[in-house]
Amino acid sequence: MSQNAFTPSMSLGRVVRLSILGLGALVFLMPYIFMISTAGKAQSDIFTSSLNLIPTHWFYGENFAKAWSRVHMPTLLFNGILVCLMILVIQVVIAIPCAYAMAKMKFRAAKAMMVLIMLGLLVPIHATALPLYVAFDRAGALNSYFSLVAPFSISVFGIFLFLQFFRAMPNDLIHAARLDGMSEIGVIARVIVPNAWPAITAFSIFSVVAHWNDLFWPLVVVSNQAYATPPLGLLYFRAAEAGDDYGALMAATLIITSPLVVAFLLAQKRFVEGITMTGLKG
Amino acid sequence: MADMAATPIGAVPAVPKTPRSAAERQEARVGLLLSLPAILLVFVFIILPVAAVITLGFTNFELGYASFEFVGFENYVELLGDRTFMQSLWNTGIYAVIVTPISIFMALGLAMLIEAEGIGRSFFRTAYFLPVASLLVAMATVWQYLFHPTIGPINTMLAMIGIAGPNWLGAANTVLYSLSIIGIWQSVGFNLVLFLAGLTAIPRELYAAAEVDGAKTAWDRFRLVTWPMLGPTTLFVTTISVISSVKVFETVKTLTEGGPNKASEVLLYTIYQEGFVYLRVGYASAMTVVFLAILVVLMFLQYRIQDKQVHYV
Repeated sequence: MSQNAFTPSMSLGRVVRLSILGLGALVFLMPYIFMISTAGKAQSDIFTSSLNLIPTHWFYGENFAKAWSRVHMPTLLFNGILVCLMILVIQVVIAIPCAYAMAKMKFRAAKAMMVLIMLGLLVPIHATALPLYVAFDRAGALNSYFSLVAPFSISVFGIFLFLQFFRAMPNDLIHAARLDGMSEIGVIARVIVPNAWPAITAFSIFSVVAHWNDLFWPLVVVSNQAYATPPLGLLYFRAAEAGDDYGALMAATLIITSPLVVAFLLAQKRFVEGITMTGLKG
Repeated sequence: MADMAATPIGAVPAVPKTPRSAAERQEARVGLLLSLPAILLVFVFIILPVAAVITLGFTNFELGYASFEFVGFENYVELLGDRTFMQSLWNTGIYAVIVTPISIFMALGLAMLIEAEGIGRSFFRTAYFLPVASLLVAMATVWQYLFHPTIGPINTMLAMIGIAGPNWLGAANTVLYSLSIIGIWQSVGFNLVLFLAGLTAIPRELYAAAEVDGAKTAWDRFRLVTWPMLGPTTLFVTTISVISSVKVFETVKTLTEGGPNKASEVLLYTIYQEGFVYLRVGYASAMTVVFLAILVVLMFLQYRIQDKQVHYV
């Protein structure tokens, strides 16, 4: 790293560099610092000393209890996990065979499918939401896990990512498996998938982050709290609290943000690799 | 049967009519079978809805009314005179123009500093990336507290150095900038990670070579090596950033509901209001078509620039 754009021999340069990075990091982490601090403050404390990071009265218990009771947190977290998991599993199960076929087999629909994928990459849920909403409304399918999951059962991005990955896989591997008498399903399950873990992990992170955070679609199809996902639940909580009880709000925020943040902190390397891989190829 | 259905209309007739071997036909059948679920779902959840949204854009369909008529371009004519929609397009544009360049150059600068610095590399990466992994609706709530005009830490800090802070999210002349700050905070980490990957991929010898060729200063090395080598990454990051700022919705819905006085009305929020709150599906569909057209133009621009770009690797 030493022959980089900046020479490390200049110690002044290093001091400047580290100060910029450190100050920047502090600014970027500021919301988290205040979130944790404010979640432990009583209302009066918040109104008098907002820059004091240590609460004068330890109020964590009260705020967390309030956050936990006003909105049914376990339901929210359960819904979030269930919906993300269902979406991910269906996306992967649908995308892998399709990408495998497109990468390693000759069939006429493959070219048309490629065009569909490139077009599909352009179309976000916001563009298809209106007709889908009308259709789900007519079918009486609003307020259900089905409506939350179904539109995301297909991920053209997933197919695209796997396709690129599978193309780079050696054909010999597949031929050998076929010669051993494996069916195509067998090849996928026992040769392709075990060799595609980096791509699958990367895609999983991409998919879970996207759907755990998505507010738009749940807002459209869910009005019943029982099916609310974390972002939607937090919106309800804000409405119920009139947005002014910052202590409880921060406690709720802390509860709802932590699953993904903890997952990120534990599996940082994978996260970054995943984002790089999905990012650069997408 | 399924074979016929999936054959694209007007497929090139140049496909050799020679009888294909049994193995080839078998492969074609299996291939189609494996991709059939995906093809069907693409039709049901992407192709059909897009076709429907374009069609609905020419109707006066409203949810709750049984009948509707085709009204030609009436919706689009109405859009031209719709002040909320125009304001919303303008605001989205301003937001994108602020957030995109700042989040890109900030990410690039930070990535180069991190890359050049030996220590604290993974700590800094984590710190800047954390917002990407955090629930935006939740963190928006934290920002609302930080931006609070009277009890918020930002204005308290400003007051300490004698500046009367603005009513960040509550005033029409600052709300868009405040939302932009949140947008930048949220997207820098993502861009940074991509730039870091791009920087690592630059061969070290190029810097040495540039030095031999007389690139003396750090700026020279940046101008002659780093910037051109990062070209594809920068183009990609730019496209992603523009598209995600055009899709800004979460913070607006959570914090401002388009207010005050429509000062933070953005495209997706306006579509959401018209379509899912006022249930004017036909009219909102026309707006959606405009939104899609913007995305198509952006992608088209990316392809055009990509084609012109010199590839060094």
